[in-house]
Amino acid sequence: MPDPTDTRTTEHAAKKLSRRTFIKGVITSGIAVSSASYLFRASSVSGQGSSAAFGERLLTLSVNGQPRRVDVMKNETLAWTLRYKLGLTGTKLGCDRAECGSCTVLIDDVPHYACSVLTHTVRTRKVLTIEGLASPDGKLHPVQQGVVDEQGFQCAYCMPGFVMSAVGFLNTNPNPTRAQLAHGVSGNLCRCQDYDKILTSLMRGAEYMRRSGRA
Amino acid sequence: MAVIRDVMPAFELLQPSSVADAQHLLARYGSDGWVLAGGLDSFDWLKDRIKKPKAVIDLSGIHELKGIRSTADGIEIGAMTTLTEVAQNPVIKQKYSLLSQSAELVASPQIRNQGTIGGNVSQDTRCWYYRGGWPCYRAGGNICYADTPVARNREHAILEAERCVAVNPSDTAPALIALDAKFVIRTAKGERVVDAEGYYVAPDRDITRLTILQAGDLLTAIRIPSAWAGAEFYFEKVRDRNVWDFPLLNVASAMFTSGNTIDKIRIAVNAAAARPLRLKKVEDAVRGKQRSAETGEIAGKLSVQGAVPLQFNAYKIPLMRNLVKRSITGVANGGQEAAWAS
Ligand SMILES: Cc1cc2nc3c(=O)[nH]c(=O)nc-3n(C[C@H](O)[C@H](O)[C@H](O)COP(=O)(O)OP(=O)(O)OC[C@H]3O[C@@H](n4cnc5c(N)ncnc54)[C@H](O)[C@@H]3O)c2cc1C
Ligand code: FES
Ligand code: FES
Repeated sequence: MPDPTDTRTTEHAAKKLSRRTFIKGVITSGIAVSSASYLFRASSVSGQGSSAAFGERLLTLSVNGQPRRVDVMKNETLAWTLRYKLGLTGTKLGCDRAECGSCTVLIDDVPHYACSVLTHTVRTRKVLTIEGLASPDGKLHPVQQGVVDEQGFQCAYCMPGFVMSAVGFLNTNPNPTRAQLAHGVSGNLCRCQDYDKILTSLMRGAEYMRRSGRA
Repeated sequence: MAVIRDVMPAFELLQPSSVADAQHLLARYGSDGWVLAGGLDSFDWLKDRIKKPKAVIDLSGIHELKGIRSTADGIEIGAMTTLTEVAQNPVIKQKYSLLSQSAELVASPQIRNQGTIGGNVSQDTRCWYYRGGWPCYRAGGNICYADTPVARNREHAILEAERCVAVNPSDTAPALIALDAKFVIRTAKGERVVDAEGYYVAPDRDITRLTILQAGDLLTAIRIPSAWAGAEFYFEKVRDRNVWDFPLLNVASAMFTSGNTIDKIRIAVNAAAARPLRLKKVEDAVRGKQRSAETGEIAGKLSVQGAVPLQFNAYKIPLMRNLVKRSITGVANGGQEAAWAS
């Protein structure tokens, strides 16, 4: 519920113009310019010439092994960038609040909720989504193959998130018990309540991973 | 229930690479600035449009705030160290497993991979009236919506409530209090080190904040002294679902015994009040006593003295009595960790 006393965000139609003017004002204001030079100074000292300074929105992200040049707002989440800027709609949005797991992707091999990561904070990191799991020749990742073979999901909306969590977990725990794998993917919910078959699929995937030497 | 409302309102994102730079930026923006750690508390505020900072100062590029180091007397954990790292660190597991246990029971794996220890101890309350933007005492108003005859207050306070009945939801905070940790704070005036207990504020002192941090202050590290290394530890968290849910109540204890006599002990609980509570009276009462069911009983009773239930949270009184008792006597099956090991 917006605080009616806060004029900065009361979005009456009449205020819209002043808000736009405000944003434009911030971009060109003296404060903004001075913090840009401030950050440039800091980043050249640390040798990170590519770090985004104030106002810079064009980023090169590493997504599924490819450099992707994309225009990103400062307040934009990774799930948003992936789905609506890069067309990678395999990453789902369920809750947008870190409460369901359907947006799970790997960032530097570790599972994260893409709905709860600012895209600007992953500039220098590697993002892997469900679209990047299969080999370039189209061969499925062992965990994907496990899901296909065991028919683990019903509507499968939760599936990309579960698979990414499982892959992240199995990369460091290749030989889990069923209970351990359940703990590993416990940050993912399935609205169809298909957990038993999901776990069977993921356990099959774990087995394929070990056999293929990927684990 | 959360509602997806398009993207967050615009803010400037500033990404300093040193604590000094972060401090300059915080000083420049004052109350218009927001410190961002893992973001798992922050983003809810921003997405719900309840807090509207002009500038978000992201600490994730500051290397000096990350990692776990041994010191002359114990260990130091950088504020930006993730909960997963805290839960899995071999030294913490070996000597201060109370902390690893508490960190492992926070939220979900993905949240632990990103949420930081500094953010976890500094997070705001989850009272949904307050988080929903209702103009309550904590938000600067003059009513507590959670303390009316029809309010939903199953999760709220039984102790130290003063106008506001919200609770501190952190799982790691009571473990750090039991370990006698020190919090290192960088203020505009310099560095300040406070006891974990002293980091927290009850509503009678300041109803609008849970910690002593003022705008512009940064928590840089948490130090754990070796005094409690290898003690007997007990951590238990009670929650509705085994994943995601905040504690309805948790308890942490550290104890040294000789024979069956309790020599030294520290106990803390959280989600009972607006700050994690160190149970000093209980510690004093059981020190020197046998570690027995009887002593546990005394401890449990003493811990809830003065507790005042609200409409829907009276269950927290026997819950706290039992958790405190178990934190002294232990439970046969080793508590919650066993559930995952099966
Ligand atoms: C769905 C969900 C379930 C959760 N369940 C639990 C749970 O069961 N138990 C539990 O303990 N926690 C739980 N959490 C909270 C989670 O553990 C986060 O770790 C914690 O809220 C914030 O940590 P963060 O690093 O993400 O910090 P942020 O959200 O970025 O920061 C939290 C707050 O602390 C301030 N802050 C952070 N770091 C510093 C610093 N170094 N100096 C000064 N100020 C700082 C920020 O300004 C902000 O106000 C849950 C969160 C979610 C979203
Ligand atoms: S959409 Fe990210 S956790 Fe639900
Ligand atoms: S299969 Fe439908 S949500 Fe999981």
